Amino acid sequence: MNWKTFLALLARDAHVARRNLVPLLFQTFLQPLLFVFIFGRVMVGSGYMPAAYKSLLLPGIMAISMVFTGIWAVAMPLIGEFQFTREIEDRLLAPINISWVAVEKVVAGLIQALLTGLIVIPLAWLILRPGLELHLANPLLFACITLMVASFSACGGLALGCSVDQQHIGLMFSMVLTPMIFFGCTYYPWSALRNFPILQKLVLINPLAYASEGLRATLVPQFPHLSLPLILVALAAFDVLLLVVGLRQFQKKAVT
Amino acid sequence: MDSAIRTSSLRKVYNSAPPAGAGRGEGSAPGGKRGKDSKPQITALDGIDLEVAPGQIFGLLGPNGAGKSTTVGILTTRVRPTSGTAWIGPHDVWRDQTAAKLLIGVVAQRPNLDFSLTAREILLFHGAYFGLSSQERSERANTLLERFKLTDRANQLVRGFSGGMMQRISIARAMMHDPQVLFLDEPSAGLDPQTRLLLWEIIREYNQKGRTILLTTHNMEEADALCQHLAIIDHGRIIASGTPGELKASIPGGFLLRLRFGHHSLPLLERLATLSGVTEVRASGESGADLYASRGGSLIPEIVNAASALGVELSDVHISEPSLENLFLHHTGRSLRE
Repeated sequence: MNWKTFLALLARDAHVARRNLVPLLFQTFLQPLLFVFIFGRVMVGSGYMPAAYKSLLLPGIMAISMVFTGIWAVAMPLIGEFQFTREIEDRLLAPINISWVAVEKVVAGLIQALLTGLIVIPLAWLILRPGLELHLANPLLFACITLMVASFSACGGLALGCSVDQQHIGLMFSMVLTPMIFFGCTYYPWSALRNFPILQKLVLINPLAYASEGLRATLVPQFPHLSLPLILVALAAFDVLLLVVGLRQFQKKAVT
Repeated sequence: MDSAIRTSSLRKVYNSAPPAGAGRGEGSAPGGKRGKDSKPQITALDGIDLEVAPGQIFGLLGPNGAGKSTTVGILTTRVRPTSGTAWIGPHDVWRDQTAAKLLIGVVAQRPNLDFSLTAREILLFHGAYFGLSSQERSERANTLLERFKLTDRANQLVRGFSGGMMQRISIARAMMHDPQVLFLDEPSAGLDPQTRLLLWEIIREYNQKGRTILLTTHNMEEADALCQHLAIIDHGRIIASGTPGELKASIPGGFLLRLRFGHHSLPLLERLATLSGVTEVRASGESGADLYASRGGSLIPEIVNAASALGVELSDVHISEPSLENLFLHHTGRSLRE
């Protein structure tokens, strides 16, 4: 492992992210904040939703924002860089094992997802302020779950980015990401699916469901949520699985 | 270090379409077979043995789809060989990739620049990947930008660069960490004549520092002008190798006369073979003949006489002097440009 090279690869991604900072901020925060405003402020304020929904919504929005950011930050550049122009070639030729080039992408995506998660909380708090009830009882557990969510999103980005061609990006959104969000227990808790027993079992293959429920369990434990051991085991399993699949796909794409 | 680059019995069979820039073209499938899973199998390399001495400019000459880019791909860790071995200096490329990568600089056939960066940043980050100090990076980047006449565009994103400028920054990038071995895959494709001359000058300069250069080309003039040693590759095999002088001297007779007649006749070919100075006559197509001889134009009256004596009319003649083009034609029966 060549740390100098690894850090230089990270510095390159940080440099590019800095250059695109303003569009990146809009892309990351506009949609979740609009969601928070409409569902948490307008719907609750007009009486269509109970006041408690504000607190229930926030962990879900945080999960979506993080997962979207992580996937986007890793998958989109990779899809582009492995295309015809092979922009990634220079990094594949850097004096480091090429799996580390993939790991660097994951680390860069993970950092972005973490930053997003940590910024969404105060932003959403500003919009939802009166009546938002957060109970951060175990900060360490919260940090641990946040880190696992960020890493599964970045690993998922690696796996998707190395499996999807540029012409199928639209399909990736409509077939993978949209169902993932709607069946990810983001806008509702998992227990709300009790009247749909089959669906309730099915959504358990969706890693986002554990992300939402995990953040709910640590930020707003007053609401019903999946058991914490199950959440931790499932998130760890998805982290490992997506990293292994991602690295394999990366190798396939990188070496002919 | 005994040799800078060495390959032994290198074979590559693609199970799917080869990557762009490697083994393209319909003629690239001499061993075109279908595997048991019915994917087409394309044999791009069929036992390549190369040995390049340190400090040499070595040329790999061949038509599109001959296997040049695949050979470079294997030597630069980008294409995994099906069998055989490849070394850069003392390192087996596929056992010790990182060590091999430290010694090489690579210019791919098509520009593969990092479009998110400016020209200067491309050089600076490349230097950083190779562990150069910040001062070294900055000095080298400035020198290379100056040398490649890119200083005035240094702080612009390369996305908007012309093809020639992209090619120049690609070559500058490959030289940034001062590699022992520089690979240039079709370096002058798409360059205007002036830039091509600049590139040749830079390649020679780099070689004079004791660096080894392997370049691929299908341009005979370039191979002739630059390379100290050449290997001619076709259908994934080396068909001839030596210095440009040695290779040209190996063409029988030296001159090549490509003749076309009204129609063909065996007695005519036999008759042509007896003319003085003629070393070899080969039928070419329906009504043509390739004649290798030690003289050129002075043979024409005798050919015309021989043909008319047999009632055949000479309709076209093309004389070429000893060249790599003739050499390729001699070994493969095909023109490099075909």
